[in-house]
Amino acid sequence: MDQLNTNNMETLFHQYAPVALDKVTVWFKACHEQDIPENGGACIKYKDKQIAVYHFKRKQKWYACQNLCPHKMEMVLSRGMIGDSEGIAKVACPMHKKTFSLETGENLNGDLPSIATFPIKVENGFVYIGFSE
Amino acid sequence: MKTVIVVGNGMVGYKFCEKFIASSSNNGYKLLVFGEEPRPAYDRVHLSEYFENQNAKALELAPASWYSDNGIELITGQRVTDIKKENKEIHTATGHSYTYDYLVLATGSVPFVPPISGVEKEGVFVYRTIEDLEDMLAYASQIKAIKPNGRAAILGGGLLGLEAGKAVLDMGLEPHVVEFAPKLMPRQLDTRSSNVLQLKLESMGIQIHLSKVTNQILGDRVIEGMEFGEDDRLDVDMLIISAGIRPRDELGKTCGLDMGTRGGIVVNNKMQTSAKDIFAIGEVALYNQMIYGLVAPGYEMADVAVNQILGNQEVTMPEDIDMSTKLKLMGVDVASFGTPYMPADKGLSIIFENKTKFLYKRINVSHDGKTLLGGILVGDAADYNILHQMYLNGMALPDNAEELIVGARGEEGSAFGSAMDLPDTAQICSCESVSKGNICSSLLNGESDSLKDIISCTKAATGCGGCKPMVVELVNETLKSMGKEVKDVICEHFEYTRQELYGIIKVKGITSYDEALDKCGQGDGCEVCKPALASIFATIYNDTANKEDVIQDSNDRFLANIQRNGSYSVVPRIPGGEITPEKLIVIGEVAKEFNLYTKITGGQRIDLFGAELNDLPAIWKKLIAAGFESGHAYGKSLRTVKSCVGSTWCRYGMDESVSFAIALEERYKGIRSPHKLKGGVSGCIRECAEARGKDFGVIAVEGGWNLYVCGNGGATPKHAQLLAEQIDNETVIKYLDRFLMYYIRTAAPLMRTAAWLEKLEGGIEQLKKVVIEDSLNIAEELETDMQGLVDKYECEWKQAVENEEIGKRFKHFVNTDDKDDNLVFVPMREQKMPQPWTN
Repeated sequence: MDQLNTNNMETLFHQYAPVALDKVTVWFKACHEQDIPENGGACIKYKDKQIAVYHFKRKQKWYACQNLCPHKMEMVLSRGMIGDSEGIAKVACPMHKKTFSLETGENLNGDLPSIATFPIKVENGFVYIGFSE
Repeated sequence: MKTVIVVGNGMVGYKFCEKFIASSSNNGYKLLVFGEEPRPAYDRVHLSEYFENQNAKALELAPASWYSDNGIELITGQRVTDIKKENKEIHTATGHSYTYDYLVLATGSVPFVPPISGVEKEGVFVYRTIEDLEDMLAYASQIKAIKPNGRAAILGGGLLGLEAGKAVLDMGLEPHVVEFAPKLMPRQLDTRSSNVLQLKLESMGIQIHLSKVTNQILGDRVIEGMEFGEDDRLDVDMLIISAGIRPRDELGKTCGLDMGTRGGIVVNNKMQTSAKDIFAIGEVALYNQMIYGLVAPGYEMADVAVNQILGNQEVTMPEDIDMSTKLKLMGVDVASFGTPYMPADKGLSIIFENKTKFLYKRINVSHDGKTLLGGILVGDAADYNILHQMYLNGMALPDNAEELIVGARGEEGSAFGSAMDLPDTAQICSCESVSKGNICSSLLNGESDSLKDIISCTKAATGCGGCKPMVVELVNETLKSMGKEVKDVICEHFEYTRQELYGIIKVKGITSYDEALDKCGQGDGCEVCKPALASIFATIYNDTANKEDVIQDSNDRFLANIQRNGSYSVVPRIPGGEITPEKLIVIGEVAKEFNLYTKITGGQRIDLFGAELNDLPAIWKKLIAAGFESGHAYGKSLRTVKSCVGSTWCRYGMDESVSFAIALEERYKGIRSPHKLKGGVSGCIRECAEARGKDFGVIAVEGGWNLYVCGNGGATPKHAQLLAEQIDNETVIKYLDRFLMYYIRTAAPLMRTAAWLEKLEGGIEQLKKVVIEDSLNIAEELETDMQGLVDKYECEWKQAVENEEIGKRFKHFVNTDDKDDNLVFVPMREQKMPQPWTN
């Protein structure tokens, strides 16, 4: 493994920490509501962060989390299928079908580290994601 | 309210807290925990994994919130400096004091640093905490910046030292392990197994130096080397000391507790020190004049201390402590149990050694050959769990005890029975003290219902994880014995089999996923039912994957195969493997323009790797303009029909295999099925197309074609079976239409034809009746349905590049045109590959 990688991976990992609603200082206007497919997801960029955004049309809910899957460290979660496990909204990574709760970020079918989730709101047709920096 | 103070928040200190709050009699107690490290307790056993993923959170045993949620006050970053026994008081470095009713010392140990001259030099590290690792990583990267071939030595060839060796390897430095004893892992291995391990490690690039006494560390301010004797030195840029541990017993010493002569706080079998309200557990405790450096005895001590403090006096530490261990050192299995090596008067040994494969297995049996006394496994420790159980439970050995390590002769499988043969008292998970009885009774009395339940309520397999395979086996076998069949329903959202769902959707005329959820499902769906439904819709209506893209499996959604780094591969269809030079040139030009790695696939076509999501439509625009179509390599659908060159060129050929392969591939392309489908056509019985390894295979013989079905390669290869002999082209197609449609309608999701045939009652004979004799009277319907699908075929990539709305899907970001800057490629053999994260 060369040094470049070590650095990349380290910075990548530490880049994503969950943001609690009361810690939000910036509501980033990410995209139009219709940029995110209904009952699916897409990725948006905020500074150098990649954030996956999902629209659960059936229950009128929106979720945002890191696009990085902690399993193999690939930027792919936004391309995963969404759904629920016993009522908990989740996403399945397209790589190896690791599933994560979109509510807590917890890995539901293994013991991978949790993913970071972010507050999200939709106002006047725009999607806003909450960051603390 | 009584106060229990725990000093130390390592693995054992944490276990104490966990057991304490789990106890039913902890009312009226308050728990106060002091940790010196800045973070809550973490899993030190798996510390070297930190090098692979740099993720401290993953090693955490519980988040900081766990302590407050359970009413535990956790004070990290504060060192306890003094105990005033008589006042039942402790003092901290920040000048605070706290009183206790019970004090538990779980301060653990520190690495032993031998008094070698020069150990204080820069570049010398110990291996113990995450902070140590972070310092080492930072130092190693400095070295590598100026010296790409830098070397690091590890002082100590024991268990931890070899773990550190792995860390050095991961850091990209050249590792040298220096050991004082004449063998590696002197406490666990005999000389022969140590030799085998040494050979294996050397083959991986780790240099081993045995019987070396280090005199001094060389270098002015910074380490430059190690000197062993006159003219015997090793130049290194970094040194990691891992020469054993010393208990952190200063607190006990200064407050006058009884101490061992070589350190450690003396405890009795209640884990009580010489002061009755002070307990010591883990690596600081000296029990039976021994310090136990393994996690399992530490956990047991924590359990004993909790019980003693909460008034359950019967729970005490056993006299004999099992020191068996199994671990993976740099990917090499190493295990020892019981008495690993011993004098001949105690018993006899059976030894198997194969240095060509780096294997060593030894078991020690009693003189009468009836009991297992211990053993060593290097290279393959798959049988450790069961051997360990036989040893612990004193189970009778089979007549040919050697079969335990070399396998039974003349038959497959091992000499052991199943885990179900163990007695109920057998301890399956030694980290968490879970017996076979605990697991089975929890299932039998209805408390648990699945592996997940068992793990959450018994905590089995949550420690080192080594027992997981046995736990899985016990859960499965017990459930089976209770007559619990795992129901074949699709998932929690649809209480039907795929075949039932197919019927419902067809009869009710359901056309969208949401409609299906509303009419016969529940919840929001998941990654299992969405693609299953998509496949059913495709069979009934032959919609392409573009119609409802969000329910498609991820590859179908983007009409390409996602690869290791999140880039995609592109496979144009090349029916029968026949391609013109002009088309070959187009593929080459496209690959050059978009910088794609090209490789010939096993299905006689060309795969273009490393395409970025944003580039897919542009790539396909060019391919389609040159007359290519989607190859559906990403779909659960027909991949290729492989062919040999056939009678047009081959002097042995009986028929035109290429022409027929092209006809079949053109006919069935695009059709979605429960799993991928592959076909093959061979022009004679020499079978160069390997048609019998396919879901359907056609072989030219005298008087027509032989049709074979339900074969596959892959993990469990199966030869296809003969369905019909000497039939003409039209009959082949007629039978194939019927066979494929019957399979598509009735198979479970992701079930290939071979597995489907195995489950089909009556097997191939029944299939012949349905397909050839039309015993179910559905042949006409199957043929009509198939013809309908064939007629409605459309290339979904053509749709995608022609329709702007569909094209929007292929963007990495929706709020900018930027590409994913995390995609990095490195050169390989004049092409490119994804940059690897590790190794």
